Amino acid sequence: MRYTILLHYPEMTPEDMGEDAWSEGEREFTAYAATLQAAGVLVGAEVLQPSSSTTTLRTVDGVLQVQDGPFADTKEQLGGTFVVDVPDLDTAIELARRAPGVSWGAVEVRPGALYTVEGVWTPNA
Amino acid sequence: MSDARAAAERAARDAYGRLVALLAARSGDVALAEDALGDAFEQALTRWPVDGVPRSPDAWLLTAARNRIRDVWRSAAHRRTAPLPDDPTTLDALARDPLADVDPDAVPDRRLALLFVCAHPAIAPDVRTPLMLQTVLGLDSAQVATAFAVTPAAMQQRLVRAKRRIAAARIPFVVPDRSAMAERLPPVLEAVYGCAAVTWRQGAHDLAGEARHLALVLAALLDDEPEAWALAALVTLSLARRQPRGVFVPLDEQDPATWDAELLAEGEALLRRAQRRPGVLGRFRLEAAIQAVHADRRRTGRTDWAALRTLYVALDAVAPSLGARVALAAVVGRVDGPDAGLAALPPEPSPPFQPWWATRAELLARAGCTTEAAAAFRRAAELADDDAVRAYLAARAG
Repeated sequence: MRYTILLHYPEMTPEDMGEDAWSEGEREFTAYAATLQAAGVLVGAEVLQPSSSTTTLRTVDGVLQVQDGPFADTKEQLGGTFVVDVPDLDTAIELARRAPGVSWGAVEVRPGALYTVEGVWTPNA
Repeated sequence: MSDARAAAERAARDAYGRLVALLAARSGDVALAEDALGDAFEQALTRWPVDGVPRSPDAWLLTAARNRIRDVWRSAAHRRTAPLPDDPTTLDALARDPLADVDPDAVPDRRLALLFVCAHPAIAPDVRTPLMLQTVLGLDSAQVATAFAVTPAAMQQRLVRAKRRIAAARIPFVVPDRSAMAERLPPVLEAVYGCAAVTWRQGAHDLAGEARHLALVLAALLDDEPEAWALAALVTLSLARRQPRGVFVPLDEQDPATWDAELLAEGEALLRRAQRRPGVLGRFRLEAAIQAVHADRRRTGRTDWAALRTLYVALDAVAPSLGARVALAAVVGRVDGPDAGLAALPPEPSPPFQPWWATRAELLARAGCTTEAAAAFRRAAELADDDAVRAYLAARAG
């Protein structure tokens, strides 16, 4: 069963954080990905660029609008995702508690509903 | 109700939690297990009074529920709306012969795993206790709604959502291993305690008996957990002191002769079992010991307030809570006088806490501050959610 581990945390720059703390964060992400890979559960992972570089599309009154930013009010933003394939929620939680960011933001574990294989939707189970 | 029907209901009730747990552990789907078992239950209640209670009610109900689940799995509707289990043996085992690897006369007890599912951290705390009342004890959602003073529709919705979550997020039916037990056991104990507290506050004798049953099952299944035995002792000792409905008599004014001697003896025996097991002194062992001190008045004719003070000080250190702090102040008031009790009372809590106002009122009354005491009794009466308690406090306010 696939679970997506979503990391939400306040966005920081290397300047805000200091170079050392920043590279420590990078090391943590590298180690985490390697751990999941070694466990044979990693489907894919993505660390996202800050929300300042995001673009949002939505339809307003039937007209497509393309705007910069998600304009979220929250301090914490979606910073990255890891997709893992494990037997149950407890295993997913066990992996999520080791995610970088668990000490500086919220880590969400969400079971997937469908995923694509060769472009075809497949139920997650 | 006929004797046969009563016997059938008892047998079925006793089997309910074991069988929901067993069936749900196979599929991860509590709602489906309950539906199938509900159906089997219905058949049992019409057939058993006529045919007699079967030698193994568990096996009878399991077979009937198995047949129902097989129908559901095979129905086209289910195939269209739900993904098939990834492990084809699950489907086969359920659809063809769930008894293949189960001795019908010794249905394995999966209730412990189900208790851990109901109290899983991914289940909202406010639905853990209701979920146990329903899935492990087999109460219907209307009874659970009454116990929690919410509308049946709202309770039904919460329970359905929780069960959907168990299936969708695939919360595993496992008893945590030693390393995770310390983290996972407290919410289970809390939820079982919640079952007991809710049911005896409601004055529903049958329900309170069920909650005690649940505490006993938990203790027996975990066996070496002192806190589980202590919880069973606490629930049993508290139940022994139940007063008739509609009247409130404060604990120290109750006549010990009205307490249930059999339950008191059993509660004390359970507490001894807890004490014999190694492990740090936990919240429930201390609370059970507090109950045992009160129960001892039946033998000695007096309350050992000094012992109570020691226990409440320990409780406040082990599991600090506003309730324990207020109870400690009441005991200090007994031992060292009302002024010392008032000094030991924590600052006025916000939101308001009924026991704080009741304790303050009592201490003020004993200190001779009549006007202030009356005001505090009135405030406590306003905050009471039980009619009998409210009437008692209002009478004290004068």
